[in-house]
Amino acid sequence: MIKRKEVLADLQTRFKKEITDIFDKSPHRVYIDIPPSALVPMSRYIFQDLGARFNIASGVDTRSHIEILYHFTIEDINLLISLRVRLNRQKPVIASLTTVCEAANWIEREIHELLGVDFTGHPDLRRLLLSDQWPDKVYPLRRDYKEWDKGAVRDRGVK
Amino acid sequence: MKKTVIPIGPYHPLQEEPEFFMLTVEGETVVDVDVQVGYNHRGIEKLSELKTFDQSTFVIERICGICSTSHPFAYTRAVEDICDIEAPMRAKYIRTIIAEGERMHSHLLWLGLAGHFLGYNTVYMWVWKLREEILDIMEIISGNRNNYAMFKPGGVRRDINPDDIPLVMKKLDKILPTLKMLYKAVRDDPVLHARTKGVGVLSREAALDFSALGPTSRASGVARDVRKDTVYGAYHEMDWEMIVTKNGDVYDKVAVRILEMLESIKILKYCFLHLPDGEIDAHIKNIPPGEGIGTHEAPRGETFHYVRSDGGNGPVRHKVRAPTFMNLPTYKATIKGAKIADASIILAAIDPCYCCTERMAVSDTKGERLFDGRELIRLSQQETLKWKQKLGAVEPPLEKLTRGTL
Repeated sequence: MIKRKEVLADLQTRFKKEITDIFDKSPHRVYIDIPPSALVPMSRYIFQDLGARFNIASGVDTRSHIEILYHFTIEDINLLISLRVRLNRQKPVIASLTTVCEAANWIEREIHELLGVDFTGHPDLRRLLLSDQWPDKVYPLRRDYKEWDKGAVRDRGVK
Repeated sequence: MKKTVIPIGPYHPLQEEPEFFMLTVEGETVVDVDVQVGYNHRGIEKLSELKTFDQSTFVIERICGICSTSHPFAYTRAVEDICDIEAPMRAKYIRTIIAEGERMHSHLLWLGLAGHFLGYNTVYMWVWKLREEILDIMEIISGNRNNYAMFKPGGVRRDINPDDIPLVMKKLDKILPTLKMLYKAVRDDPVLHARTKGVGVLSREAALDFSALGPTSRASGVARDVRKDTVYGAYHEMDWEMIVTKNGDVYDKVAVRILEMLESIKILKYCFLHLPDGEIDAHIKNIPPGEGIGTHEAPRGETFHYVRSDGGNGPVRHKVRAPTFMNLPTYKATIKGAKIADASIILAAIDPCYCCTERMAVSDTKGERLFDGRELIRLSQQETLKWKQKLGAVEPPLEKLTRGTL
């Protein structure tokens, strides 16, 4: 039976060069900062060798960077590992996780259209959620997003 | 052989998840599927960023009409994760009661529709009648049949009146024998076996690769349940079993859901009998900067919420991941090699919303032959009838059964 401490120590020795920061938030949550280049090998190790489940990725525009968190759960020890990568806001590009697991397919399509991140090696980067009428290169979750549809009906209080 | 493309979907305004399926078929066999979603994308993540933490609870409760509590449950856990605060024990019990009641009515709803797709309209009517009992219980507890509005960061909004508990227990006792009979009926019916065993198999490897969740993964032998894996709510206070089967076909998915309802009754009864006294709210004053993750085992699998706070009064980022987002792509693995008559039940087996199966349309490449959703369900029901005749079961004619139910 693997333990939480051993898993973290193992990750730290194995990816010593890659890990830039570890934030041990609580007994069940760990945030690990890594450069984009380390994402695929590290995810592959966590997903395949440690037997984790890919929860989801969540992207956020922090105004200085596009930040993507990849969440993995190791169920046996109840640990949620979040890998944090920061991408250049002007040209956000990162390798696709679809080579590691099929589960990353849809969420990468979603982040691609909502935040404008390019996933190299993704088999099929079509739109997932936005309609066909939505203009190209307009990303609704970016902080500088401006309403483009002049005919849109808005609720009270929403600008 | 000539390949034919079958478009299924996308819209039905009464359902919550319109989806569009593009089946490629060769003769009667499905060889490929492409799923398109997003027809009902409402931008709730963006909307939530414009609300305060308290208001967001109400917004995200409207994400899903059937599992309306699963999102607030995960969201409140995420906010509590930011503050490092735990809800009081009584609030945890009340949350568990609401969540399990919801699981029961959601599974019953699915079971009824699955029965309908397979041509068992008696099951459909019967199970939905049973579901009313659960909705009554929820109304007694929360005042609402759905969208209970019980959750808030740090606890629950309303308490359970102890005077209501005997009535609720009586109702639960009434449901139990019917559920057991239902399980026996499913287990012993040879026609149901013929229609569902070995159909739409999701292998263990595929379930792991797609990171499938909830009953979809548990039917494939992946023991994965947030209620067991993490400590939250009142789930660790009592004994209950995680239901895992290993075949991954439609039959197993039915069996897992029915057995889960029996466990839910066990959990509900324990919670009502052992409801602790005390506060129901931890009174969160302000939410510090930071990020939090909350999960909850919804009827369909794990709901995942990521909330980031900058110390203001609302979230700066709120990521919502519903379980169907992970379960839907498993169609790619389950539907290949299936017959068109089985497509509606395979698509329904992961328990998405039913708009897709009700709005199926089939045509060949020249557009000569066209079935709509009604036709496809009929096709599925005829298949059951064929099996019934083969196995010697007596059944009134199909026409009589389907009239007025669609």
